[in-house]
Amino acid sequence: MAERAPSAIGQLTLWRMREFLREPEALFWVFAFPILLALALGIAFRAKGPQIVRVAVEAGPAAEATVRALEQVGRIEAALLDPEEAAARLRTGRVALVVRPGSVPTLVFDSTRSEGQLARLVVGDALQQSAGRTDAVSLRDQTVREPGGRYIDFLIPGLLGLNIMGTGMWGVGYGIVKNRTQKLLKRFLASPMRRGEYLLSFLLARLWFLALEVAAVLLFGRLAFGVPIRGSLIALAVVAVLGALTFAGIGTLVASRTRTVEGVSGLMNLVMVPMWIFSGVFFAYSNFPEQVQLFARLLPLTALNDALRGILLDGMPLVGLMGPLALMAAWGGASFAVALRIFRWE
Amino acid sequence: MPEPAILCHQLRKRYGHVTAVDGLDLRVERGECFGMLGPNGAGKTTTIEILQGLLDPDEGSVEVLGRCWARDERDLRQRMGSQLQETKLPERLTVEEVVRLFRSFYRRGRSVEAVLAEVALLEKRRAWVSKLSGGQRQRLAVACALVSEPELLFLDEPTTGLDPQSRRQVWEIVSAFRRKGGTVLLTTHYMEEAQQLCDRVAVIDHGRVIALGSPRELIASLGAEHVVEFSLEASATMPETAYTMLPGVEAVSDDDGKVRLTVSQVHLVVPALIRMLAEHRVELHELTTHHATLEDVFLTLTGRHLRNG
Repeated sequence: MAERAPSAIGQLTLWRMREFLREPEALFWVFAFPILLALALGIAFRAKGPQIVRVAVEAGPAAEATVRALEQVGRIEAALLDPEEAAARLRTGRVALVVRPGSVPTLVFDSTRSEGQLARLVVGDALQQSAGRTDAVSLRDQTVREPGGRYIDFLIPGLLGLNIMGTGMWGVGYGIVKNRTQKLLKRFLASPMRRGEYLLSFLLARLWFLALEVAAVLLFGRLAFGVPIRGSLIALAVVAVLGALTFAGIGTLVASRTRTVEGVSGLMNLVMVPMWIFSGVFFAYSNFPEQVQLFARLLPLTALNDALRGILLDGMPLVGLMGPLALMAAWGGASFAVALRIFRWE
Repeated sequence: MPEPAILCHQLRKRYGHVTAVDGLDLRVERGECFGMLGPNGAGKTTTIEILQGLLDPDEGSVEVLGRCWARDERDLRQRMGSQLQETKLPERLTVEEVVRLFRSFYRRGRSVEAVLAEVALLEKRRAWVSKLSGGQRQRLAVACALVSEPELLFLDEPTTGLDPQSRRQVWEIVSAFRRKGGTVLLTTHYMEEAQQLCDRVAVIDHGRVIALGSPRELIASLGAEHVVEFSLEASATMPETAYTMLPGVEAVSDDDGKVRLTVSQVHLVVPALIRMLAEHRVELHELTTHHATLEDVFLTLTGRHLRNG
């Protein structure tokens, strides 16, 4: 009757993988969601031709001449409106600037908005030229549009980091808490299952899916938008695996004592939402004030995103990324160590 | 003589102000099926979890298969099988995947097929757990406990919530395990289950053993084998002494007009009872009689019913 035992770590890992593959919702969030997000943002922020500047000219004497002068410049769209209507359009952002003609023409615009500032430069230039100003130096424009500097190039590594964080935290944290609420952890405790193997199986199953999800996002970026991969794939793999382990560690910590699925969802969001904002996923964290940047730089997702961008966009070798890699390892190692100490098995 | 399968002495466990287990002693011999019978909240689950090394007692000692949890946990876990209350097995695994997962935790054990055949789930081997009925899930839980070919099987309310047919199927699985020489410790609040399966029963109430013996001995301790239950017309009462005068009445209890007589011979008591009531011009409502059961033992000891005690 006796039969050679199947390996416990193998069976536990297979279980994790089956559970995931048999859950269509999870597949959507891991594979389809980041690609749809990249597609939507890539289209919304795609590089366009020179921006059209929309301005209003207040009705009055010399208004017609002003409109003609402005429309000499190809990129200005000027509308002749009565003052009230012009003010209303400025307020709602449908025009970036209002010209009030006169002996000294007045330019009305919001100086805190980049559209306003652009319109001020372009309109000022047009009015000066039509009044007879000549350029002191002649300049020649040469425009470039190289992959690597566009928004989508910035975005794809950020989404990759976001996905590694999300799947790591959810995959591990949610799974553990679900087993706890099902009283499966207690049942396992009654068996000779090794606790370390149970936790290890989550990491191993994660690594399998990590390869697939990273490949899916990168391939999509490459095919749909020509996002470059300048560094080595080995370096990329090292960073992705380290990132996955880091967030699996944090996910284990978040799940280590939580008794309910609702509780763990709240904790997950508490941990992840700040990183969505501060870790340079959708926009560079250099937009924040100095002190906030210092905080942002300590977050594990910031380190992961910086490392991914360094490899994908700047072709950096791993030696150049030791700072972010060490930070990730510290987060992951510390979280896992604390999680093991305080873990609630019943 | 081999050491007992389970030996515990003066177990105590408190949760805050509630004492769940209050100085409990048990001795379960090898090869025996031992039942802990008691109502919900009697401390059965706490006790069986302490015995399985899942909870630490506040006081008292536990020895399982001659060993103790602190020193020999790994070895003991290899030698026991367990089914816990309320465990939800992974919904999206198939029946055979679940059993194989549990098999993988043990050094020795049986083939997945053999265990599934024994619990009559071979046909369902490729079905997801989520598609199983309550009885099938419970048999699967027992299969996970049996896959290591344990010496000692712990079952915590193995048939609670099951229909009679599913219950019988679980009983057959337990009986088959017994026939191969296995030791079983089970908890239940079904007296039929204890009567059907157990060699000996400990009746548990408020965290203590209040009676111990084979089902037959416990019933015999009532001093009579039959129970006559009846109620009188509304507002009518009779003094208890009126009943003890009747032939062969061993015990009387009167619970809000519902009277129970424990008697040795029904055919003598019933005519005498009817005559006596007729003389007092009291009308009889609902007369029933049955063989005494463990339920009657519990009722006699505590004055409460097992199910809603």
